[in-house]
Amino acid sequence: MRNKLVYILGALVAVLFVRNLYVILNVLPDEANQGAMYRIMFFHIPSWWTAGLALTVAGVTSGLYLATGKMKYDAISVSVTEVAVAFLCIGMTTGMIWARIIWGIWWTWDARLTSALICVLLYGGYLILRNGIEDPTSRARISAAFNIFAFVDVPIVWYSIRWWRTQHPQPMSLPPEMWSALLWNWLALILLMIIFIKMRLRQEEMRREVDGLRRLAHAI
Amino acid sequence: MAFWSQTFTIAAKDLRAELRSKEAINASFSFSLTILLLFSFAFVEEATIDIAGGLLWIVFAFAGALILNRSFARELPNDCLDALIAAPLPASALFLGKALANLLLLLAVEAVSFPVFGVFYNARWTGQFWTLALVAVLGTWGFTVIGTMFSALTVNLRLREVMLPLLVYPVMIPCLMAAMKLTGHLIGGEPLDAEMMVWMRFLIGFDVIFTALALALVDVVLVS
Repeated sequence: MRNKLVYILGALVAVLFVRNLYVILNVLPDEANQGAMYRIMFFHIPSWWTAGLALTVAGVTSGLYLATGKMKYDAISVSVTEVAVAFLCIGMTTGMIWARIIWGIWWTWDARLTSALICVLLYGGYLILRNGIEDPTSRARISAAFNIFAFVDVPIVWYSIRWWRTQHPQPMSLPPEMWSALLWNWLALILLMIIFIKMRLRQEEMRREVDGLRRLAHAI
Repeated sequence: MAFWSQTFTIAAKDLRAELRSKEAINASFSFSLTILLLFSFAFVEEATIDIAGGLLWIVFAFAGALILNRSFARELPNDCLDALIAAPLPASALFLGKALANLLLLLAVEAVSFPVFGVFYNARWTGQFWTLALVAVLGTWGFTVIGTMFSALTVNLRLREVMLPLLVYPVMIPCLMAAMKLTGHLIGGEPLDAEMMVWMRFLIGFDVIFTALALALVDVVLVS
């Protein structure tokens, strides 16, 4: 049943991507200053939104784990965070490709880029931390506490670095057809995120099952 | 009232243990001197005063990790940590006591590093001494609160020494940035202007937020 849902969602995402790519590449005109290059924005911006959404979910489920102690929430937190890190990397890579073409440089210590890198480091640290703890309960507890710290830190990092410096193109007013392409692609990415999370959650459940069986075998 | 006396008991215990063994503080002192020396190769002397704020806080962050690593790890032999957790005092008092001890130890390292920096790099750094001291205390408190918390988080890990810096540095970047800005400005001998006051308020806000968060979460973390 669960697999069927993943397949259905997958098919939906595939159709959506074909539709979106058609609109992005063929229907929308080139931008006046950037030419064709601006099109990367349709993947760049929604992947940040998706990552932000996922990290918010992870922060909430980490809090819920600490409040209730249910392993389900821990499984969701780790799955969602892992997928979020993937989307952060997509956002950063597409951003760097854009910067190379438009600014002529791969990287600059602009506010948003720096905050993005710090996010990757924070949540990369979360994933590494989890790997280092063997006992499932303390792994869940410790990583949930760390996740909350990271979640609180992100907006602070964001504002502090904005005070420090900024070079990133500010959010601009887009014509409505571009907005719609942007939102359609966001929908596709959100569905893709849900597929990844579902697959990752299943892995986590199986892992817990294997752990339980192993412990049982040791007990015998 | 009992809470504070318990907190100070823990802090005094930690300081006494550290002053007797001197295992973390000696390492931290010599490490900070080594980094200050290494920086002389990395930068030309004239430019150093401009980057003094950043330079000093990198020294404090690196040297501080050595102290913070030991904070909870020290309690592992003879199962002292279990005894401390079982002791009739709230986890927040235990945490706050340890954080206070770490704060004092780190401030001691800073108290040595500032003059050494002044001597090595021919810098007159005492122009705004008291404001600078306040910034040092606030910045170090932000660092120690996060560091002590994560020291408690990672105490039972195999890769404790590696994990702590990996987790602490990204989280404390905003605190470090504010402290670097302010220190750089104050070492130049200028009083705080409006822009710097924003950073000062930011630093205080950071300290308050993370102290509150750590006190709220410490009960969850310190369960053995």
